[in-house]
Amino acid sequence: MVGKVVTVTSGKGGVGKTTATANLGAALASQGDKVVCVDADIGLRNLDVVLGLENRIVYDLVDVVEGRCRLRQALIRDKRLPELFLIPAAQTRDKSAVSPSDMVRLCDELRQEFDWVLIDSPAGIERGFRNAIAPADIVLVVTNPEISAVRDADRIIGLIESEEKGPARLVINRVKPEMVRRGDMLSADDVLELLAVELIGLIPEDENVITSTNRGLPVALNGKSRAGQAFRNVSKRLRGEEVPFLELSEDGSIFGRLARLFRQGGN
Amino acid sequence: MMGFLDRLLGRDQKSARQAKERMKLVLIHDRTDLTPGALETLKDELIAVISRHVEIEPGAVRIEMTQEGREQRLIADIPLRTVHRRKLG
Repeated sequence: MVGKVVTVTSGKGGVGKTTATANLGAALASQGDKVVCVDADIGLRNLDVVLGLENRIVYDLVDVVEGRCRLRQALIRDKRLPELFLIPAAQTRDKSAVSPSDMVRLCDELRQEFDWVLIDSPAGIERGFRNAIAPADIVLVVTNPEISAVRDADRIIGLIESEEKGPARLVINRVKPEMVRRGDMLSADDVLELLAVELIGLIPEDENVITSTNRGLPVALNGKSRAGQAFRNVSKRLRGEEVPFLELSEDGSIFGRLARLFRQGGN
Repeated sequence: MMGFLDRLLGRDQKSARQAKERMKLVLIHDRTDLTPGALETLKDELIAVISRHVEIEPGAVRIEMTQEGREQRLIADIPLRTVHRRKLG
């Protein structure tokens, strides 16, 4: 088996890289693929808490790279999803503890055993970002429909192209359909026109993301969550399935539909 | 109804539209590392060089950046002064 390495990055912090990595991992694993999530944000680890695996860490990424443990010993298996594994970041070291060639070597080993190696990149364009994209077969750029996030995404997309890791695929996270409808938030089409890259995910703002994260349970496992559905769709697109994008303007309820009807009439 | 009133009073500029227009310009300069000031200098120098070889209308020269996908292109429109107009002028 030769798995694919997917790096999730963004440039700007706080746009949802870790949430996206955790949810893609959970969604792929729930479809039966064998997945390992690697937290490359050394010094600021969070993928462990988002996945709810923080109490089971013994060894971390830096321990593996520096030879203090075998790779197998650093792999934490998710008990709820037996196909999902995590390699946590070290918390007391910094990005320079790992090099891009260390990451390539590590991922070449992981590829032999897993269908998917998902790498959660740190924010920024320095060493941590270079570590994260060095082994990538596919790079996902997460952004929000908000100017600073879009600008940083553009910068990152340019860097990914110059490292010959492109074309990057875009995940637009935290879209508020109501604001888009009012003309007060960049729409997915606006963002795509500005960045000129291919879209792979369109994730609506959803309170379930916060409650799921509180519990350490990825929202992709929640059948009722719109964001969860959107993340499951991204995982299917990664697997090569054609899945239509969620119609975000549709809020489903009869009142929502009526309200829209009146709004259209009023215009 | 509000939308109609806003449009009537010229207050139609939605914030998303403003964001998009601003981002278009910012991204061009981010990608090319060329500021509006540098573009002006480039234009002046271009006019000087071309004027050494052929007579042009300096006031009508237009230089702009366009975008095709993720590629940026510098487009220069340089009207030449025609022989006919030179005689008259």
